[in-house]
Amino acid sequence: MTHEVKKTVAEINRRIEKGKAVVLTAAEMVETVRRLGKVRAAKEVDVVTTGTFSPMCSSGMLFNFGQEPPTLKAQKVRLNNVPAHAGLAAVDAYIGATELPKDDPLNKVHPGRFKYGGAHVIEDLLRGKAVRLFCESYGTDCYPRRTLEKDITLADMKYAALFNPRNCYQNYNVAVNLTSRIIYTYMGPLKPNARNANYATAGELSPLFNDPYLKTIGLGTRIFMGGGIGYVMGAGTQHDPKPKRNERGIPISASGTLMLKGDLKGMNARYVRAVSILGYGVSLAMGIGIPIPILNEDMAFFTGVSDADIQMPVKDYGHDYPNGVGRSLGLVTYAECRSGEILVNGKKTPAVPLTSLTMSLEVAQKLKEQIEQGKFLLTEPVEAIPSE
Amino acid sequence: MDTPQDKQYRKVVYLTFPPEASGKPLVCDLSRVHGLAFSILQARITPRHEGQMTIEITGPRDAYERGIAYLKDHDIGVVPVAQRISRDDDSCIHCGMCTALCPTKALSLNIETRLVEFDDETCSACGMCTKVCPVKAMEMLLENGVM
Repeated sequence: MTHEVKKTVAEINRRIEKGKAVVLTAAEMVETVRRLGKVRAAKEVDVVTTGTFSPMCSSGMLFNFGQEPPTLKAQKVRLNNVPAHAGLAAVDAYIGATELPKDDPLNKVHPGRFKYGGAHVIEDLLRGKAVRLFCESYGTDCYPRRTLEKDITLADMKYAALFNPRNCYQNYNVAVNLTSRIIYTYMGPLKPNARNANYATAGELSPLFNDPYLKTIGLGTRIFMGGGIGYVMGAGTQHDPKPKRNERGIPISASGTLMLKGDLKGMNARYVRAVSILGYGVSLAMGIGIPIPILNEDMAFFTGVSDADIQMPVKDYGHDYPNGVGRSLGLVTYAECRSGEILVNGKKTPAVPLTSLTMSLEVAQKLKEQIEQGKFLLTEPVEAIPSE
Repeated sequence: MDTPQDKQYRKVVYLTFPPEASGKPLVCDLSRVHGLAFSILQARITPRHEGQMTIEITGPRDAYERGIAYLKDHDIGVVPVAQRISRDDDSCIHCGMCTALCPTKALSLNIETRLVEFDDETCSACGMCTKVCPVKAMEMLLENGVM
């Protein structure tokens, strides 16, 4: 397919370095494409910045806490009593965002509060707080130490990276509860008889709605991650390369995902927040911004997506979801959700967001500033992520 | 007291009763003496112990002022209920999850600005938001460690 407008990432980067690149947020791009049409918009705009700020459970920190003689090969590791996976090299470990302390009351008194977990350890470290490191081992000739317990800060760690096996979900369910009692889900509390509908994603600001076929995002794409720099590591877990799409190419179900990694030491706690979800558990909300190079008019068209173009499936979390029933109660647009009220089975239902749109916009704007100031250059993917 | 409905004053207050006042029927004097209507939202009254009560008072503004002065004269502590619930603005991420369960709609999402707004005048201090808020930005002031 030939394009009228053809730009390369290298050309765009040269313009960024000269301070001449035209950068818009995904929200600003909607109106621009509507006004200029996709071809003129592609000529005038170089980069569109996206942003999202949502809880995503599939997150965690990969870290190395360094040796303190006599050396140790940690077999069990806990940070502030939250267990980390230690089945790696001597002082390497991975702490999952949803991991809970050994003595957490869980859901014994339902709904549980889940006040502290892996995500809180990550946020505490990022805020400069010391956490209690506890290690247990069996002792070897090369690693004789049996136990180690000490306070440790992020600065003390030899290495600390956020490593999120899944993030940036492309579209997601709108959750309702059709049973007659309140339920507590990862989508928040859902009142009986569908008296609230909880929805996520940042709509027209969301990264993968702006590049629905992942034409510019792939392995190696440099991104704004938690206030610092991160990279896309390829498709995330549960990535669906062949979703059903609407006439604009927007998937109409939860589909594409990304795996992300970034240096935690460069991040900012404002954009990395531990969340406690009542009756469900702990998760990590973070700000992710992905720049999209406007290489041709197709990319201008895709980034021109508006909230009204995005359709999301309404799902029952009372009966269907826990029983693996895939039934959808219909599609609603993101614009309808944003208006505060949607129709579920013909009944007006308050729509409640879980994604912070204010923070999502802030992320897109921060990334825009960094590119305009020449501090953030775009990358070409090393390997594409399948999406058709 | 033929005040038209639109001049009605409505306020939710939190009352604390010292042990010596907890046996006296003082709250009903708001209605008997001052012509105010009240509904009890929450109460913990034990004779000869300190008691607490959250009530919503409705009536003309001047009668409200007299009624509150009357309660204070009888050593009852009066705190506007909003002062019992507070939001840590640095912590709030404006996600909106709290708005689903707020019974009085004191917490609501501004469609235009996309910020969660907290109207302390309509808050009944039920404390639901303190349980729901994922980043624990909503706090309830505790009286002697109890709600």
